[in-house]
Amino acid sequence: MRRILLFLPLTLFVAIVLVFAFRLWAPGDTIVRSRMVGKPMPDFALKPIVPNHPGLAAGDLHAGQPRLVNVFASWCIPCRVEAPQLETVKARGIPIDAIAIRDKSADVTAFLKSNGDPFERIGDDPRSQVQFALGSSGVPETFVVDGAGIIRHQHIGEIRPEDVDGIIRAFEAAR
Amino acid sequence: MIAETALAALWLAAAMSVLQLLFGIIALRPGGGEIVPAMRPIAVAQALLVGLSFLLLIQLFLRTDLSVALVAENSHTMKPWLYKFAGAWGNHEGSMLLWVTVLAIAGAAVALFERRLPERTLIATLAAQASIGLGFYAFLLFSSNPFERLFPAPTEGNGLNPLLQDPGLAFHPPTLYFGYVGISIAFSFAVGALVTRDVGPAFARAMRPWVLAAWIFLTLGITAGSYWAYYELGWGGWWFWDPVENASLMPWLAATALLHSVTVLATRDGLRAWTVMLAVVAFSMSMIGTFLVRSGILTSVHSFAVDPERGAFILLLLALYIGGALALFALRVGTVKEGSTFDLVSREGALVANNLFLSAILGIVFVGTLYPLLIEALAGEKLSVGPPYFNKVAGPLALALVVVMAAGPLLRWRRDRIAEVARRMIVPLAVTALALTAVLLLAPGLGILPLLGLVLALGVGAASLAPLWKRNLRRTPLFTWGMVISHLGIAVSLAGMASEAAFTKETLVAARPGETVRVGPYSLRFDQVEPIAGPNWTAMEAKLTARRGDGGAFVLRPQARTFSSPRTDTSEAAIATRLDGQLYTVIGRADESGRWQLRLWWKPFVTLIWLGGALVAFGGLLSLIGRVRRRRRDQESHA
Repeated sequence: MRRILLFLPLTLFVAIVLVFAFRLWAPGDTIVRSRMVGKPMPDFALKPIVPNHPGLAAGDLHAGQPRLVNVFASWCIPCRVEAPQLETVKARGIPIDAIAIRDKSADVTAFLKSNGDPFERIGDDPRSQVQFALGSSGVPETFVVDGAGIIRHQHIGEIRPEDVDGIIRAFEAAR
Repeated sequence: MIAETALAALWLAAAMSVLQLLFGIIALRPGGGEIVPAMRPIAVAQALLVGLSFLLLIQLFLRTDLSVALVAENSHTMKPWLYKFAGAWGNHEGSMLLWVTVLAIAGAAVALFERRLPERTLIATLAAQASIGLGFYAFLLFSSNPFERLFPAPTEGNGLNPLLQDPGLAFHPPTLYFGYVGISIAFSFAVGALVTRDVGPAFARAMRPWVLAAWIFLTLGITAGSYWAYYELGWGGWWFWDPVENASLMPWLAATALLHSVTVLATRDGLRAWTVMLAVVAFSMSMIGTFLVRSGILTSVHSFAVDPERGAFILLLLALYIGGALALFALRVGTVKEGSTFDLVSREGALVANNLFLSAILGIVFVGTLYPLLIEALAGEKLSVGPPYFNKVAGPLALALVVVMAAGPLLRWRRDRIAEVARRMIVPLAVTALALTAVLLLAPGLGILPLLGLVLALGVGAASLAPLWKRNLRRTPLFTWGMVISHLGIAVSLAGMASEAAFTKETLVAARPGETVRVGPYSLRFDQVEPIAGPNWTAMEAKLTARRGDGGAFVLRPQARTFSSPRTDTSEAAIATRLDGQLYTVIGRADESGRWQLRLWWKPFVTLIWLGGALVAFGGLLSLIGRVRRRRRDQESHA
């Protein structure tokens, strides 16, 4: 009995190592999905952040046709990475609005100048309030909103070239 | 050139550890006695080489040599020099290099100063220490090389995580590592003693000062880390049950238990297998902590980079070392004879109770830290375990432990009578009863844990001084003073924790400049907010004029800082320390209407938490000096 007992610590330890190994090779899903997908856009009205774009309100996303809403910031590096893909999406005739998170007017102007400007409306969300209401946990994120103002799809992280088709499909499905 | 020299020194140190291990194995074989004299110099040479490598890394950071990838990724020319210096270990590779450096220094210290351990056990110990080092050298050299070059060199570095840009970074990690990794000596001693089957009082007396030394550093490191988190994070709390805090607490709990069980082994030749087990567990907890932090499988403020390959490497080392030691334990400890026995009511009995409580708390913290992992592995669900679990489950046990701590030193070895003990406990019991009455009358409606905490802190504080009662204080041995002061420190710390939990006042307001806000006994006038700039940050700084009753006014200036590289917002709390507590102020961001978020706390006697921690460590230091002195006197009288 005592001999078996002596192997108990070793057995426990082996079990712990197995759990560690499992977690190491099957890393947990740390992505936070929005609970707002399938629900109507929350009500909001954001002021413009740059002079040449109007601000964005929930009513603007209720216009009968689906639209994309890109949550971005000038200080966000992946947002620069996805800029060409947004241009591609726009060239396919998809209208894109944006919400600028915790940003400054001059910075956004500079960002749009150097990375391209695919946006129609840009709302200023200085304290991330609308971002949180959308269930978005970071930048960049892109939402597909249908003509009735219902969120149909959420893309987390930058849109890579291989993601473009998926975004377009989600857009077509929202028609 | 510096980077290449440093890398060469690291390779040579690794080669030394191979030699140390091989020589150790050969020396333990029949006829291997000839190479025994080589063991100690090799261990010292290994420490010198890896120490050189570490100093050169610091040099690279001080110069901001951006052609070294690690420097470019974690430093910045505009950083103040203290953070360039401390930035050397504010990243994954640098902190692992510090890790092996401490490991090698600990081994060299044993090689230089340990004269009591039987020669064969000493050799086995040094070989075990070398084998641990070897794995971590391999880890550094093959998967975390701190000296990798970057070509072309960038013109500017990425900067250091702003949360780490604090003087605390210069002291907290090295102190903690000396404890965290220093406890490896206990592990190596245990492995050495298992290999040579030599577990007894002499082994325990040899091991005790080393455990004590590591434990002092661990205590200081945890205390300092707690204070650092308290003022730097700006959340007003002093312990968050963060996985990494737990990772430092677990070796401390095991080492504290070990410190007490080793006393039983040294004095009464009891608890042989248990003491060996604890020595293995203490350092295993350090290694598991390192793994949890470095692999990124648990999310924490301390995770630098998430890298499954590195995680796999450390997991392999973990399996090898801990698994190996536990297997050796299972196979060998059966051949270690049972030590002597004792009554339940005795000093040994109290020390066993101490060990049981500490182990139970260790188990609770361990389970709480790993539970989210376990559940996700088994059920695929995500959850987190927070303070409510730890406080509710570990709190009562900790209070029970404190009661044992009060009674233990008043018990005689081997056997004691309950009536006798009660007589010795009369003064502390009276203090406890008085404290209970006072707290119930003066502060009715306290929660049960803060209430018990306050009352026990006073009673235990009195009890901890009782061993000095009716003694000639000049002739009281230094290690007895050490025990008394450490136990008093626990009581002081407990008083701070209970007072903080029971009496903290918090105010959260959105205020315009010119308004006055109250918190606890203070009224604070919010005078103004102005922008200021530091070397690599800008901040909005509030001016708060605080006044207590009719007393003099003083100014607090909390800041909301924005660091330029990497771009991050932090809050710098402004804290005013008074004899009876701390006024803690934090400023947040402004809203559209120009009102600023202010968080204000009045925390009565909160400083006792860290003062107590410092007392615990100071008591440990006195004990260590007392033990080493006595050891030297013994050796002289034997000679």
